[in-house]
Amino acid sequence: MQRPRSTIRLDWGSMEARSLPSRTATSVARKALLEIRRAAGRWGLVALLLAFPIYFAVHDLTTGYPGFAHGHVTRIHDLTYLGTNIVEGISNGSIWALIAIGYTLVYGIIELINFAHGDVFMIGSMTGVSFWSAIGLGLATSTLGLVVGLPLALLVCMLVCGALNVLIERVGYRPLRGAPRLAPLITAVGFSFILQNVGLLWRGGSTVGVSDLVRENKTVVQISGVVVHRADVLSIGVTIPLVILLGWFVSRTRQGKAMRATAQDPEAARLMGINVDWTISLTFLIGGALAGAAGLVYALYETTIWYLQGFEAGLIAFTAAVMGGIGNLRGAVLGGLIIGCIQQTIDARVGPQWTPFFVFGLLIIVLVLRPQGLLGEETREAG
Amino acid sequence: MNELQAQLQEWKAAIERFVPRWWPKALAVALIAFGLILPQLFSTTSNFVNTEILALTYVMFALGLNIVVGFAGLLDLGYVAFFALGSYAFGWLGSGWFFKAHVHVLTHGPPSTLPGIHLSFVLILICAGIFTAFAGAIIGVPTLRLRGDYIAIVTLAFGEIIRVFALQGPSLKIFGMPLTGGELGISGTDAPYLPGVGMFSELNIRPWYYTIFVLVLITLFVNLRVRDSRLGRAWIALREDEVAAVSMGIPLVRTKLLAYSLGAAFGGIAGAFLAAYTTLIDAGEFQFGFSIFVLSMVILGGLGSIWGVVLGALLLANINYYLIPDVFNSLPGTFGLNFSLTDLQVSIFGFLLVIVMVLRPQGLIPEQRRKLELTRGIGETELDEPEVDRAWASVEPGEAVK
Repeated sequence: MQRPRSTIRLDWGSMEARSLPSRTATSVARKALLEIRRAAGRWGLVALLLAFPIYFAVHDLTTGYPGFAHGHVTRIHDLTYLGTNIVEGISNGSIWALIAIGYTLVYGIIELINFAHGDVFMIGSMTGVSFWSAIGLGLATSTLGLVVGLPLALLVCMLVCGALNVLIERVGYRPLRGAPRLAPLITAVGFSFILQNVGLLWRGGSTVGVSDLVRENKTVVQISGVVVHRADVLSIGVTIPLVILLGWFVSRTRQGKAMRATAQDPEAARLMGINVDWTISLTFLIGGALAGAAGLVYALYETTIWYLQGFEAGLIAFTAAVMGGIGNLRGAVLGGLIIGCIQQTIDARVGPQWTPFFVFGLLIIVLVLRPQGLLGEETREAG
Repeated sequence: MNELQAQLQEWKAAIERFVPRWWPKALAVALIAFGLILPQLFSTTSNFVNTEILALTYVMFALGLNIVVGFAGLLDLGYVAFFALGSYAFGWLGSGWFFKAHVHVLTHGPPSTLPGIHLSFVLILICAGIFTAFAGAIIGVPTLRLRGDYIAIVTLAFGEIIRVFALQGPSLKIFGMPLTGGELGISGTDAPYLPGVGMFSELNIRPWYYTIFVLVLITLFVNLRVRDSRLGRAWIALREDEVAAVSMGIPLVRTKLLAYSLGAAFGGIAGAFLAAYTTLIDAGEFQFGFSIFVLSMVILGGLGSIWGVVLGALLLANINYYLIPDVFNSLPGTFGLNFSLTDLQVSIFGFLLVIVMVLRPQGLIPEQRRKLELTRGIGETELDEPEVDRAWASVEPGEAVK
């Protein structure tokens, strides 16, 4: 899902054009500098991302972390804490991944940052909570009731959010296809505001606790001290099938092929008989449906919802999409997982108030070192 | 449709024949005179004048952002950073916040004896401008090699990072003094003093109005002069085609950084003024929504069009701060409906953005150059044409602009 050539790489061209006249005595130094820069671009980011877990692993093994063992408070020297961070990071990150896919699909196909996407996700959470209360799911519901009710709620959330996203595209973006590039961005912001207002009127201006249907804190399995909770299983268990399904859809089906073709060159796709409008609508439907699924999982995972959750999640998920290489599906998933891990680790060790600093700081470094994102280059074909 | 347009153009030509050629200047003079008289028509603490002070501050913000986004084509989603830094510049230099220091420069009245750093009002505004100009250049450096949407994301990230620092300021100490007031804010800022006017106060907001009015006039003057200068033309060239501009000898780094710096400086000065006016620098204000609000003004008015931006800013600020909360708020009630308009404020604003963009994507008063691109360039095609893209800085390699 990517334009044939990344527009980003162009900049190197322009920088080189500028340096043409002065390429005499300093050419060796310049070449070395370029080489270093290239190496930093290729490996610097990977090194940076690995630095986090390695630092914390070394820290845990040498200095240890405060814990509780053999009946008294002590310092523990093992990797359990880091393992817990990573498990929570992966489960939280898979929610971000679901949202990030929506960003990356839309960006891949019409090159628009769909600012309303995070708020569609928020509407998904609220729809899910309202739906399950409406059909009578509560803390007293039996396991069988949940097994029937929650997939139904998931389906409803996906449908509602998919339809909402298609509607937004139809009303706000399609009339603006020939307009200056910033115009649809502004309508996206407008829709984001409208949806936030809907959420505000629907559930009020503060965080609302929702009933913890799946008992998210119960232990499912414990692997050498690392506890896997039900919430983790839930979010990973919903994300993996959806991502596999999407991957199959995009790479194997006729419609998926149409999507990839439209992403590469809408005009040529139209000439080949692809219904471009329908394909773009379909992309929005899929993105919205995934956001809806993420919304329901988020409500069960965090057990709180509020009208601004979509804004925060949207920023994080967009960061994930950019980090993975925007337009690339695998990149969005990878980016989501990485951001989730960083977020959980920083939340637990430094403090949640500093998490945005690390997430966005990392984003800036990613874009400076490797503007095309982690998997940006292999996106010529589907991804 | 075409007949209608032809008819409209005929009328337009007919009107132009009657109106003398100096009408823009006459209009400008009339508007300035109107702006000067306006506060005299209302009481000294009038809510309307208060709104207009905010609106004029937003005009200044929007004009600053217009340099970055409109002239140079660098989509900046983190403009709130300069609002924050300008505000803090005022908080640091014009209050008792750094209580261990005793610095007084050209101060007058009570502040000249209090502990803390106290500079005179005009001096603080200048310092805020210089400070944010440097900050703008620093934020600009990582974006130099990036394009379009990626610039947007990096600036957004910087905006959020500065917000984190603003919120966590109380736990960051310099020389044992907290950096910012966090969500409690820095309060007790000095009331500005200008010779000939005296101490500003809440009881008479006219001096505030005239101060921001003059600041806006200065900003307008600088904008108009810079747009037609060598630098302004370099910005537009970079916006239109970076490769061609650079190969014509435009220094890329310097030109881009100057755009960031100048845009940031206006934002910083406006931020410092707003901090002085509200007397509270609260980290909760520095939200992403502010950047979007100002960007909406710029785009609504017409990217790169100075007068359009002024109009857009005045309109949106007045709708947001005056029309919705004060004028039309009780409207549903008069029809027997049980809600107030402020509950819907955000979505009204959203609807407005959507409708205006769908009906008039080029903005209310489009820039002349962009108008030509829009009408000549694309014809009837529905999809995103390269010609449209070119207006927006994503130029394909090796292609000449037709």
